Amino acid sequence: MMERTIIKEVEDLNVIKKNSKRKSAEWAAFRGNKIGMIALWVLIIVSIMAIAAPLVAPYDPNTQDVINRMKSSSSEHWLGTDIYGRDVLSRIIYGARTSMLVGVISVALSSVIGFAIGMIAGYKGGKLDDILMRVLESIQTIPLLLLGLMVLVAAGSNIYTLILVITVGLLPSCARIARGSTLDVKEKEFVKAAISMGSGTIRILISHILPNVLSSFLVISALHMTSAIMVEASLSFLGLGIQPPTATWGNMIMDGFPHVATKPALAIYPGLALIIVSISFNLVGDALRDALDPHISKKRK
Amino acid sequence: MFKFIFRRLLVTLPTMFLTISIIFFGLRILPGDPAVAMLGDNATPAAVEALREEMGLNEPLWKQYLAYLGDIVQADFGESFISGESVSAQLFAVFPDTLNLTFFGIIFGCVIGIPLGIISALKRNTKIDNFLRFISIIGLSVPPFLLGIYMILAFSLKMAIFPSMGTGEGFLNQIYYLILPSLTIGLILSASVMRYTRSSMLDEINQDYIRTAWAKGIPEKLVIYKHVLRNTLIPVVTVIGLQMTGLLSGAVITESIFSRPGLGSLAIGAITTRDFPVLQGCLVLFAIAVMVVNLLVDISYSIINPRIRPS
Repeated sequence: MMERTIIKEVEDLNVIKKNSKRKSAEWAAFRGNKIGMIALWVLIIVSIMAIAAPLVAPYDPNTQDVINRMKSSSSEHWLGTDIYGRDVLSRIIYGARTSMLVGVISVALSSVIGFAIGMIAGYKGGKLDDILMRVLESIQTIPLLLLGLMVLVAAGSNIYTLILVITVGLLPSCARIARGSTLDVKEKEFVKAAISMGSGTIRILISHILPNVLSSFLVISALHMTSAIMVEASLSFLGLGIQPPTATWGNMIMDGFPHVATKPALAIYPGLALIIVSISFNLVGDALRDALDPHISKKRK
Repeated sequence: MFKFIFRRLLVTLPTMFLTISIIFFGLRILPGDPAVAMLGDNATPAAVEALREEMGLNEPLWKQYLAYLGDIVQADFGESFISGESVSAQLFAVFPDTLNLTFFGIIFGCVIGIPLGIISALKRNTKIDNFLRFISIIGLSVPPFLLGIYMILAFSLKMAIFPSMGTGEGFLNQIYYLILPSLTIGLILSASVMRYTRSSMLDEINQDYIRTAWAKGIPEKLVIYKHVLRNTLIPVVTVIGLQMTGLLSGAVITESIFSRPGLGSLAIGAITTRDFPVLQGCLVLFAIAVMVVNLLVDISYSIINPRIRPS
């Protein structure tokens, strides 16, 4: 009898979790956030432009035209040309490609690995938890930018090392958040019920804990996109990220910086692209948090 | 109290040890030979071999590791490969510059962030609040190097109010040169300080004792200043500790943009010249600085707020 009620409770909880009404309520809450929706549309448009760069960009990003170098905005070159006469708008569009690619891959990797580590650490507890958390804490004390500088100098600048550095740098906060949520969920009755019914660790982690930490997964991934894009740009600005002639916003600003007194546009336009995208990710992250966690948004009001 | 500090120290030491170890092993596990990295791809194998011998790279890993730990305990980071000077001497020569910059950055961050956070919380859900929150999102989304460039553009090139590079001479002049770079760091910090102040103030306003104070008919200003504000500022202290890594990263890149001496400029200079020991020294010193600041923040936090001490 007892077992049956427990099973019933677990099923009820699963029903609540899977209830499509709740999902659509969250989506409605997100849609109700006007600023969040605008930001989401900005990101969708930028992503489409990044993917379809060869079709959208008016010029080839690397074709040099020395006669028309450092031109101001005109009907042919909307945002002007850079020191080698390359079209700035086309380079910004192609730059979106690199920045978004590096951001998406490193955020996806760090979130998946970080959440796995955090969930296991939180669920298992004990020594394993202590060791994992100490190691991650140590990584967190090294400024990500400096860690990146050092690794890129030692291992050479290329896109793989760059992604590796950003992934490692973002791991600790993902793991800490997953661990915190796991600690909360672990004490809930449905998890205890599942344990008493003999479910194994992996099963509990995947079917009971994971659905409950998924909302923080989404929120932190959106917010981390900002960090990833900013670090990529900073490293490329220092000449250690993606190497020229491949266009990224960071190395475009680096190229423009020495000419900032005479031709500020070369540093301003790629910078604006960077700011718009990172603001959008922050706004989407905030909107997601408000929509997925009614408790927080209520408290905020 | 001392028990708390002692326990906190006991937690910090292993973290410090681990961080230093991660820096060491992280660099050894990576593909690529530091000797080749330093000499460039065109170096002859003999030269690389000689350098490897000199750097002690041919020793077994555990021997290198022990030597490295021993050197760090003695604050000895080896000699620069370029100038031959002691790395420690170089580090300590420029460390005060970075500290100054960070310190003024924190001051700007608080002076701008705390009042805005208070206004935002008091006017919550009004146009002013929404506007301030949007501004703070911008602050969180701009990397320091970009803000630095925009600041130079606006205040040095267009308006010519502040110098764009160098440190100046004499005390007042040095502070004058410090304003623009520390404002760059401060503005970025103020965004998170503002958000923190706002949310912690809202938490506080909803507490029972504040409601009691209102109910007793204490004037609004008195309630805000005497009750709410005091307890609001406690968590704000922690945010500065939490932002320390970000702050120092910001200082690194801000220094190089404003051509100021400091740890960041030293590190970035070391990158262009492939000066490995200097770079390693900067990284270790940065990590230690972050941990010491976090320790100090925790201790000061427990002094201001006795409630958290037992945990």
